[in-house]
Formats: sequence, C-alpha cells, structure tokens
Amino acid sequence: MTTFLKALARSVAAAALLVSAAHADEPVKGGTLITTLPQTPRHLNPAVQSGIVTGAPGAQLFAAPLRYDEDWTPQPYLAESWAWSDDGLSMTLNLVQDARFHDGEPITSEDVAFSVETIKANHPFKTMFGVVETVETPDEHTAVLKLSQPHPALLLAMSSQLMPIIPKHIYGDGQDPKSHPRNGQDVVGSGPFKFVEFTPDQQVILERNDDFFIEGRPYLDRIVYRIIKDAAARSIGMENGELHMTTFENTVRNIKRMSENDSLNVTDEGYAAIGPINWLAFNTGQDGPLADKRVRQAIAYALDKDFILNAIMLGLSQEAKTGIHPGSPLYFPDVNGYDLDLDKANALLDEAGYPKDANGIRFALTIDHGNPTTKPQAEFTKASLAKIGIDVSVNSFVDFPTWANKISNHDFDMTWDTVFNWGDPVIGVHRTYDSQNIKEGVIWSNTQQYANPKIDELMNAAGQEIDPAKRAELYREFQEILAEDLPVYWTNTLPYHTIYSKKVGNPPLGIWASSSPYDLVYLKDE
Amino acid sequence: MAFLKVLVQRIGYAVLLLIAVLVLNFTMINLAPGDVVDTIAADMGGANAELMAQIRAEYGLDQPVIVQLGSYIGRVLQFDLGYSYFYNRPVTELIFERLPATLLLVFSAQIFALVLGILLGVFAAQNPNGPLSHLVTLFALFGYAAPVFWTGILLLIAFSLKIPLFPVAGMRDVTIEGGFFPQALSVAHHLVLPMLTLGSIFIALYSRLCRASMLEVLGSDYVRTAKAKGLRPRDVVMKHALKNALPPVVTLAGLQFSAVISGAVLVETVFSWPGLGQLALTSILARDTPTILGILFFSALVVIVGNLLTDLVLRMIDPRVRGRG
Repeated sequence: MTTFLKALARSVAAAALLVSAAHADEPVKGGTLITTLPQTPRHLNPAVQSGIVTGAPGAQLFAAPLRYDEDWTPQPYLAESWAWSDDGLSMTLNLVQDARFHDGEPITSEDVAFSVETIKANHPFKTMFGVVETVETPDEHTAVLKLSQPHPALLLAMSSQLMPIIPKHIYGDGQDPKSHPRNGQDVVGSGPFKFVEFTPDQQVILERNDDFFIEGRPYLDRIVYRIIKDAAARSIGMENGELHMTTFENTVRNIKRMSENDSLNVTDEGYAAIGPINWLAFNTGQDGPLADKRVRQAIAYALDKDFILNAIMLGLSQEAKTGIHPGSPLYFPDVNGYDLDLDKANALLDEAGYPKDANGIRFALTIDHGNPTTKPQAEFTKASLAKIGIDVSVNSFVDFPTWANKISNHDFDMTWDTVFNWGDPVIGVHRTYDSQNIKEGVIWSNTQQYANPKIDELMNAAGQEIDPAKRAELYREFQEILAEDLPVYWTNTLPYHTIYSKKVGNPPLGIWASSSPYDLVYLKDE
Repeated sequence: MAFLKVLVQRIGYAVLLLIAVLVLNFTMINLAPGDVVDTIAADMGGANAELMAQIRAEYGLDQPVIVQLGSYIGRVLQFDLGYSYFYNRPVTELIFERLPATLLLVFSAQIFALVLGILLGVFAAQNPNGPLSHLVTLFALFGYAAPVFWTGILLLIAFSLKIPLFPVAGMRDVTIEGGFFPQALSVAHHLVLPMLTLGSIFIALYSRLCRASMLEVLGSDYVRTAKAKGLRPRDVVMKHALKNALPPVVTLAGLQFSAVISGAVLVETVFSWPGLGQLALTSILARDTPTILGILFFSALVVIVGNLLTDLVLRMIDPRVRGRG
C-alpha cells in the first residue's frame, strides 16, 4: 500500500472511531439483522463450496482457526495461538478449550484434521491445502499441519471463507461431502450462529448460538439473509428500511443513489481479501498480433482508464495496476499504468509491423463479454481501438456457460473479465499466469496461455517465502514483469460496496467482508 | 358423454405434446455450448480439470447426447424427472416447492387482468369515441408496451419507497409468527405488486377485445329490442350484451396462459417471488438441464390445464359450446 493510501485508510478509520465515540456506542444485545444474498447458495457448507453466497452464512455457521479485521494481521479465533516451525514445514494450532459444536459435541483437533482433509479433497482451490501432507493430532486441542514445502498462504486460507471447521461426527459418515444432505439442511457448525432455515430463493435464517466459545457473543438474536436477486429491489429495500444491510453491491447507479440517502452508510471497505479485479484479457497463445507484447501495450495505451474509472464506474472503484488487489499489502503500484497515449500506441503498432492500410485499419480483433456488467467496457474498447486502427467487433453472450466454454477453450482474441484474488496470491492470483495452469476447458485458469519461465520461478519462490519482507520483494518483481508483458490489462477493482443503515453497529468491514463472523455486529437501540 | 370423449382426446394430445416438448427442449439445450459443470466451476470461483471431469462423469454428461436423451425420456415415462445438478435435489421436489407460488401469482394476475380488462372494455364501449374511452386505451396500451421488469421497478419505487405501502421483495414476512390467517394476510400483502405488474401486460389485450366485442354486440338487433322494451341501460349492457361479448375474451385469456407464465419469470425475479420463474432463471443460467426440462414440462402442463379450464368456463357462460359437445 502506498503511504497515501495508508494515510487515507488511517484517517478514515480515525473518522469512524470519532463517529462511534460521538454516539458513545456500547454494543447492545438482541435484535434481528435483516441482510441480503444476491443469489441462492447451492448450500451452506464453505468446506466444499466456494463463493460469497455460501461464504456469508457459512462464516456464521462455522468458525475457522483465524480471523482478520481491516488490516491483514491474523487474529485468534478458534485457534487461541498458532506457530510456524523454524523450517516453515509445520504449523501448530492450539484450539480454545471447551469449544462446542451446535449439537453440544466438543470441537477437537480431530475435527480440524477432518476439515483440512475434506477441503483438500473437495474444494476447487487446490493450492490452498495441496501441500498439506498430514494433520497430526497430539492431543485434543493441538493440531499440527505438516507441509511438503513452506506455505505462507496457509495463514489467509485459515479464515472462515476458506477453512470452516466442520464436525467429523456429522460429515465423516462416509457420504460424499459435496452432496451431503446436511450441507443445506439441519447444518451443525461451530460458529456464532445456528441454523434455523434455508429456503432457496427466499431466505436463510440463523439464530444466536448461546454456547458460542467467545463469552458474551454474539450480540444479535437472529440473522435473516433475504435472497433478492434484483439489485434495484435491494436498494429500494435499503432505502425504505426493510433491510438493515446489503453487501457485495456493484451496480454503480444504485450505489450512487443509496449514497445520497442520509440514513444509509455506503462504503467500499472490506473487499480487499476477496479482491475482485476487472481486466481486459488477451489470448497471447494464438498466432497473430496479440502474441506480440507491443500490441498488447499499444491497446493498453489506447484505452483511457480514467474514462472507465469515472464514467463507467462513476468513481466508485479503485484503479488496479496489477493482478494483486490494491488493498493488499503485497500490491505494488509503482508500475507502468499505461495512461492514455495514442501516439505511443500507434508507434508501438508500427514498430510491431502492423502498418495502417488505405482505410486506416491495421488488423481486426474480436472482444467477448459474458457478464452484462462489462458490456460498457467492451463497447468502449471497440471505440477506443478504432482510433489506433484496430477494428474490433464485440460478441455478447447472454449466459455464462457459453462464454466460459469459448474462453476456456482459448477460442477468443480479447475478453473483459472479473477475477478474484481470494486472499493470498497463491490461491487466486497465480492461476492466471502460471504456465503449468494452461488448461483447456477450465475457466479462470491461465486462459491467456501466457508463459514466462521467470514469472513461474518468482511465483514458486514467493509461494514458499515465509519472511513477509522478502516475499513482498518477490511479488514486487512479479508485478513489474507482468505489467511489462501485459498478458491481461488490469483496469479497476469491481466496485463492491457494503451499504448499512445507521442502526447497524460494527458492520463487517474487515478484509473478508460478509464472509467474516458477525459475532460483533449489533443493532443499536432506537 | 360427448364431453368425456373430448376430454380423453385432449389428454391424448397433451401426452404427445409433452413428449415433443421434452425432446425438443432437450435437443435445444444440448445444442448450446457449455454445461452445468462450467457453471458449478464458476460458482466455486474456478476449478481444476480433474474435478470438472469427475463431476461430468457423475452426472453422465460424458455420455453421447442421444444416450442421455434416451435415458431421460425413459425416466420421465416412469414419472421420474431426475435430479437437479445444481441444487442436488430431486427435480419434482424442487418444482412442487415452487409451483404453488407461481400458480398463485399467475392465476391472481390473470383474474385481476380479466376483471379489470372487462370492466374497462365495457366502460369504453359505452362511448367509444369519448375522451375517457381514449384514456382507457392509452392506459391499457401503456401497460402492454412497457417492459414488465420496468413496470415492476416503477411500482416498487412508487409503492415501496415513496409511499411505503407494500414490501419490496419476497412472499411473506419471516418475522411474522402465528397461524394461517396472519400468514395468509402477509402473503396477500406481498402479492399485490407482483400481481399488478404481471396483470398490467394483459389488461390491454382483454380490455381492447372486450371493447370491440361489446361494440359489435351493442349494435345487434336483440340489444336494440332490449332497449326498445324499455329495460334499464345498465341491465341491457350487463345482462344482455356482456354475456355475448365475453366468450372471445375468455378464449383469449386461455390462449394467454403461456404468455402469463413467461411473464412470471421476469416478475418473480424483480419481486423475489419464490416461484418456478426464479427457479427457471437460475437453472437456465446454470445449464441445469433436468431442472429446466422439468419446469418446461410443468409449464406445458399448466398451459394445458389452463386451456381445459378455459373450455369449462366457456361451457358455463356459453350454452352454444355446451350444445356442440
């Protein structure tokens, strides 16, 4: 993070403190928080299902070893303490005493071992626990994760979204955990709230776990997640007071309108770990202009990023200059940001050997978009690139599978996309640039077919570097080289916002947003 | 009995139609690139090739399409609609969970549109070139022309936000405890806006048709006779003319059932109404073939039943149809 951003963050935090001090707020017990989910989750068990709509209720139902607030320092949760071995090859977790699952069974190191094994075998993010060889359980409250290589990403992987502690006595009954009947009904977890009801397309209802292992918490009696797919309906619900809070809002017009409402707080804090980034991806693997990095750079120079940030995103999203989210401590902003420069763009294309023909056209490309929210960017790209003699035609796809099928089979020139960091770069960043991860048919693999041995080497080293300073240095170089090679052109973060009424105390503004435990959230007395 | 014969014949056609619907839909869905595994992978925020291949094998998606189709039809003939890939539950269970909400919405919107459409039509026919008649036409055509999701959002802004009379989403207030009556009241409260929205498309059709039909009837000899007998104008219109003007409107209403159901998809999404429409949208976007096919199957069924009901109603209001058998 730059010093400026840091200072900004600090002043925002200070302001927030002042505001809360002015109200002299003491958390109050009781009340039902009405919040939202933008889609129906397949089920509520994040151990075998990624995604934010499972992660949000999942983080209430299940506790994880660690938790995070707005800075990136891990804090004790179900693990009172944790320690790396000197060689970085094992991680020892000391669990809190007397923690119990919702059915009264004690939470032991056996459950931790079982959870890690289940996640490792069933979760799509294989890089999270792939290097965990075994989990030893010397006693009931100690779990030792043995690794085949040092793996600093483990720290972020041990948070609620990615490592829920699930009860072995329920999910270890031999049924396939991915389709276990208790994933969506009668869920028994370890977190601050207990399962009451899950009705697809209607609501998820959770109630206070009186036996939660942190004394005196949670504050809320109930949480109702109303499943409302229409963004306009959610914003009207916020404005008329029917909803207390909504998270992951990203339609800029609605956010703008809600931010003009005095009874609502609107913030983009809390999405750094999930880390969504919009980018223009290039198919670098096919013969043709895009295989040449000068062409890719020229395209970047021809796109006015300010237009995207201010006109399309209405100033609600941050500039992203690399594949690591600007909110991450590993983000390195001092790379080439490709500010608008048509002369440079034209010069690069001439140099690459693509002169303009009689009609002023150099060559033609296609641009695909599958997500309707990136349609303006696609149209804007077409208009911008016409200025430097690239004739772009836009293909829109109404449904996700059609688009995903085309992109993942490398049948495209360019596409606008949104990809998530998911905490540590090892989990959500490497996959885009790793030459080993060029896999046909797998969306959000290295669909650009980008291969650079130096980048592979840097990722390998950074993935194993326990020392944070050295690790940041490796990622600095990684970001510099990528900004030069430009397999994708990063433009901005997705404008995710949390909107909450003034009644809500301690809204989830930590790095994992709504995928963090709501044990501190409360509703103020009127 | 002639009616029974017609009924049996109708049911025979219906079964053939349903099988055609299945085959056609199955083929069309399989023609589109991508499948449910792509969506599941995306839903998980990315996946790896092994996992995707494993899921494809589990669902039998690695089999040739013709084999998949054969086994699907075979199962449907045994009244088994299969298992939803996406929800991991039997499709019949999913559909029966959602069907009541959709039926409630579709039938209430249909009845609302019919009643209001007929009233407006009758009213407009009294003075077909008067300003009020034009106003009715204008209003009705506006409802017909406006995209239904837009009408929905507009009603939300008006009656949920500016004048907060109705809730913004859902089918009932989860915080309401209590027996059948308070629950039913809550559902009715939530039903108003979606019903108005969905009904608004059809008011134009019904009122225009009713107006035309009324004008024709009002000009006929027997109405003139009725007037000449000195009957009150209201009785002439309501008792003599309307009875004969209604059958075309009811016939049209029956034909519109499929349109009402497709309109419900959008309305349900705007108002988070937990019916088949929302299930359809989710499963189409997820390429959840068994669920999509199941829903189309049931929609076809609802349309067929709706048409049969229309027939029955026509028999009630028009003795000539009864006579024909």
